Amino acid sequence: MLDMKVADNYRLHKNYCLLKLTSDDALPEMMPGQFVQVRIDNSSKTFLRRPISINYVDRNANQLWLLIQLVGEGTRKLSEASKGDMINLLMPLGNGFTIPGINNEQKLLLVGGGVGTAPMLYLGSYLKDLGFKPCFLMGARSKNDLLQLNRFEELGQTYVTTEDGSFGEKGFVTNHSILESMRFDRIYACGPKPMMVAVAKFAATNLIACEVSLENTMACGIGACLCCVEKLKDEHHVCVCTEGPVFNINKLSWLN
Amino acid sequence: MAELNVNIGSLQMKNPVMTASGTFGYGIEYADFFDISRLGGIIVKGTTVQLREGNPYPRMAETPSGMLNAVGLQNKGAQYFIDHIYPQIMNIGTNMLVNVSGSSIENYVECAEKIAELDKIPAIELNISCPNVKQGGMAFGVTCHGAAEVVRAVRKAYSKTLIVKLSPNVTDIVEIAKAVEAEGADAVSMINTMMGMAVDAEKRKPVLSTVTGGLSGPCIKPVALRMVWQTSKAVNIPIIGLGGISCWKDAVEFMLAGATAIQIGTYNFIDPTISVKVIEGINDYCDRHGFKSVKEIIGAMEV
Repeated sequence: MLDMKVADNYRLHKNYCLLKLTSDDALPEMMPGQFVQVRIDNSSKTFLRRPISINYVDRNANQLWLLIQLVGEGTRKLSEASKGDMINLLMPLGNGFTIPGINNEQKLLLVGGGVGTAPMLYLGSYLKDLGFKPCFLMGARSKNDLLQLNRFEELGQTYVTTEDGSFGEKGFVTNHSILESMRFDRIYACGPKPMMVAVAKFAATNLIACEVSLENTMACGIGACLCCVEKLKDEHHVCVCTEGPVFNINKLSWLN
Repeated sequence: MAELNVNIGSLQMKNPVMTASGTFGYGIEYADFFDISRLGGIIVKGTTVQLREGNPYPRMAETPSGMLNAVGLQNKGAQYFIDHIYPQIMNIGTNMLVNVSGSSIENYVECAEKIAELDKIPAIELNISCPNVKQGGMAFGVTCHGAAEVVRAVRKAYSKTLIVKLSPNVTDIVEIAKAVEAEGADAVSMINTMMGMAVDAEKRKPVLSTVTGGLSGPCIKPVALRMVWQTSKAVNIPIIGLGGISCWKDAVEFMLAGATAIQIGTYNFIDPTISVKVIEGINDYCDRHGFKSVKEIIGAMEV
């Protein structure tokens, strides 16, 4: 548990804010794909913490970035936090994405839809620092919903689909021509469940290793309440907060 | 520094603060946050004879000042607990209690018998009040006859401290408490969750896979306090109060209303260290009011 200070908080878009948090102490080790549980103070309608994925860790500035979609009262409260405010977090939680071994010639595709692009920024930068050349495929409703696109472009080749065709190719991420023209060794995906299911099916059909990050509703975030469970292929329920949020698609029951 | 120790039957506790079943895992999930041996007791996850997968997702809905859950007693069964979890928790340094549940009198008894063999488990909490399982669970806890029947059977099979966890989803909880006292329960813990539900208006569907679930958190505290107070006037066995405790003041209120000890449940999710803060707050309260022992505040509300 850590109290962190708001270093910066600004709107990326009417429905999204980027909250940058800092601490006097060095930030703990955090892996791409892990998340934090943010306590929401002074909100009569919000009782539970809000699970938010790690968007980026800026080691030089000792900052943790959280990209927050304004869904309800809790996330709206977070969007109103001002510079200097203290925010309490449980962190880091969950397992994180699998980082491939030494072979950095592997072709990696990082797929994000909507706010699901958030963990891909940290994952992409982490992979790039290790010598990989990650590619990004980002999906959004329209051009205005694309988040942090310039940052992804700095990290690697970035492809885009929009549902209305206002930017990149028209359609869903799984319709993008890059999936036909290029062969990937590994795919990471995060976004709305229908998108992740489509990506998982594409990966399974083409025998590509694939991990997805789930966002089941949760209460505790530490494996105690057993609310956020996912039923795996072996029929057992596991907690997304501790066994996930990242799962290899072979473990999930989605493809059955 | 006040004396904080209390007794529940023959169970000796260093302080009146326990953590509620289903909200604190097996204790070890919280060991990174604080020294869990400081607790008066830890009541581990509801345990049944057979493995239970629990209810389908979604199992949770947030409410103002609380939450609904429909976990449905997911656990790996008593034998798994004995073989794999008990060895990890037997030397934690506080009272480790098991919440025992079942779907028939026979398997309540079988589960209690298995747990009775574990030297380092000094007591069980009999769960006759889970609203999230189809068979058993709350079915036993909503009639005096059903409650008496299961407590009678378990009492014969279990000689250590037997706590019975009561359901608030009844017309008169006092009558149920009297019935289980008459069958030899050493204490009652109250209250379990209150049945509720949540609707997703946009989807025109229930939020929970089971439609209804159990409501917990600060929103149920006034009901729990009322029930503890009414029951404390009617029974002689100790009461462990729970329901929405989120700070030391809530805990003191339950004790003033007649509880000998308290449990902290849902609030562990918001602040994993809340239980030690409550222990410290109770101590400060006693010091401030000149109580040498926390026992002096049990039932001390002046009406």
